[in-house]
Formats: sequence, C-alpha cells, structure tokens
Amino acid sequence: MAVIDSDDFVKALRDMGFDFFTGVPDTILGGIIEVLSERRLYTPSVREDEAVAMAAGAFLGGKIPVVLMQNSGLGNALNVLMSLHLIYRIPCLLIVSWRGFEGKDAPEHLVMGQTMPQLMDTIRIPHRTLAAETLVEDLRWTAQTFMDQRVPVALFLKKGIVKTIQP
Amino acid sequence: MQSRAQAMQALFDIVGDQPVIVCNGFPSREAQKIKDRDENFYMIGSMGVAASIGLGLALAQPDRQVVVFDGDGNVLMGMGTLATIGALRPKNLTHVVFDNEVYGTTGNQASYSRVVRLEQVAKAAGYATVERVWEREDIIYEFTHMLANDGPHFLLIKVNEQIEDADRVALDPADVTKRFRAAVEQH
Repeated sequence: MAVIDSDDFVKALRDMGFDFFTGVPDTILGGIIEVLSERRLYTPSVREDEAVAMAAGAFLGGKIPVVLMQNSGLGNALNVLMSLHLIYRIPCLLIVSWRGFEGKDAPEHLVMGQTMPQLMDTIRIPHRTLAAETLVEDLRWTAQTFMDQRVPVALFLKKGIVKTIQP
Repeated sequence: MQSRAQAMQALFDIVGDQPVIVCNGFPSREAQKIKDRDENFYMIGSMGVAASIGLGLALAQPDRQVVVFDGDGNVLMGMGTLATIGALRPKNLTHVVFDNEVYGTTGNQASYSRVVRLEQVAKAAGYATVERVWEREDIIYEFTHMLANDGPHFLLIKVNEQIEDADRVALDPADVTKRFRAAVEQH
C-alpha cells in the first residue's frame, strides 16, 4: 500500500486554502504535526473541545481551519461540534486518526474504533477514510463538502497511510 | 455589588468596534438586550469554550483587539484554555469574567469560584495582566487600560446573582455567524 509523505499532505492542504491548524497529538498524526510545526503553522491545543472551538474562532476571523486529533478526542469535542459548529454553520476539517481500527489496538481504543463512522453518521458529520490511491479525489470531496454544507468534515486516518516520525 | 448587567453596560460603554464573544446562557441574552451589535457573537450552547473561540479569533486577526465575556462556571469548565492562552500570549485578547459564584442560568447552584481564585489561576498560567474588581469605577479604569495595552488580559468582575429579564437570542445561530463574520471582515 502506498504511503503519503507528510510534506506532500501538508502541501495539498495548503494548496486547498487551509491556513489555520490546531489539534491534540497522536502518534499516527506525528509526521503531519511535525511538518506543520516546522513551518510555524501549528497552534497546539490542550483538549479537543478547545481545539474545535479555536478553529471556530479562526473561521469567524476569516481563516479556513483544520483540527488534528485522535478519535478518542472526538468524544471530548462532541458537544462543541453539535451545539456550536453544526447549528452555527461553522465548518472545519477534522483530521482524525483511527485508533482501534478492526479491533487491533489497546483496549481503550476499541469501542470508539468500532463505532466512530456510525457516530459521525448519527450526528451528521460527513466523513471519508483517506487512502493514498484516492488522495486527490478525497481532498476534492472534502473541499466541496466543506464549501457546500458549511459543517465540520472528517477525514479518518488509519495507521500507515501518512508517513509518521515513529514508524 | 453590581449585577452582571450593570457591569456589562459599563463595558459596552467603552467597547468600540472590537468583536465580543459572549458565553452561553443569560450573559448572551443580557448582551443582546443591553447592546445588540453586529460585532457580538452570542453563544447559546458549547459551554466552556467562549475563551477558546476568542483565542482562535485573536490568532486569526492579530491586529485587532478581541474581547471575551465569560462566566465563572464557563471558565471552570474550560480551565485548560487558561494554560493555552497563557502559553501563547496573544497580545490582543481581553478575557472578562463575570463572577457571580453560581450557575445562574440553571438555578443558582454554587460554583467553586467562591473558593478558587480564578484570576490567580490565570496569573499562574501566564496572562500579562490579571485584575479582580467589584466597583464600577475600577471596572471602567481596568477595562480601558486593558484595551489600550498588550495582553492577554484577565478581568474578573465580582457581580451579584441578579439576572436581567432578557429574551432568548433572537437570531438563528447561522445568522449570528453570518452577521458576525461580515462585521469582522470589514475591518
């Protein structure tokens, strides 16, 4: 399976117009966060609900925001996504690492790992799972959905799709 | 001690074209009644993240003063954000907290702010200025000073539990976003 380079991924996001990046780290996201930090594009957050709210504030100020998080953090962010972003029509791109995919992970990741796509369907956050082979199409869909629906859009990132610093 | 509405009135008399993020519950309803303006962002949900929204806006528009109207329950819920603000030190953020020591919108249940000094937490986190005030003259003096100087600032205003008779936020949430973005973009 082809692996996406972190540099290329960040460049693709920048080319699409994303210009505000925050989040809470995960090993799967390590490479992307490293590239963003090197380019002074990344503002670390302490909690995922704070991160999505910061992204909302940035959007209100004219930025096009991205939030990176582990899927456990989706639980922390849920109320803000539902009672701020979704009802105020404030979009952001959520890049969510898919811990617990197919049950192959530590126990704390298994419930979220199994239910995440249904959870996003239930609260009506459009989502896709990123793959190197479909990267261009995935990003085109992301931009289109972001602009058309003005809601958070989630891209799920499984282990090994984007190169990371700790293989 | 003043009511939150009286303190808010004093602040709105000083505010120029600065955007104001107002936390959920009665503070947003009171702000709408006291001085409805395009530069007000009224929260109706997402308790605990008013300062996070203000921080995101302050980072997006570093040349513009951003004001947050927050409450003690809200700050306690999102206390990690004091660390984020203290570490990032945005110069253009003034964080006002109306501290009535209760969850006033839900029936005056006691909050921990009667024992925890929130302005000391903000100070330890790294805010440039922190003040704790009660009187109208002090509110006016400190807020005016904060808007004119580099922050981040934390202004804790002790207020009584009185709630203003104020209607729910009239605008649809999506229209709050549209109106606020248009107002903030123009500058």
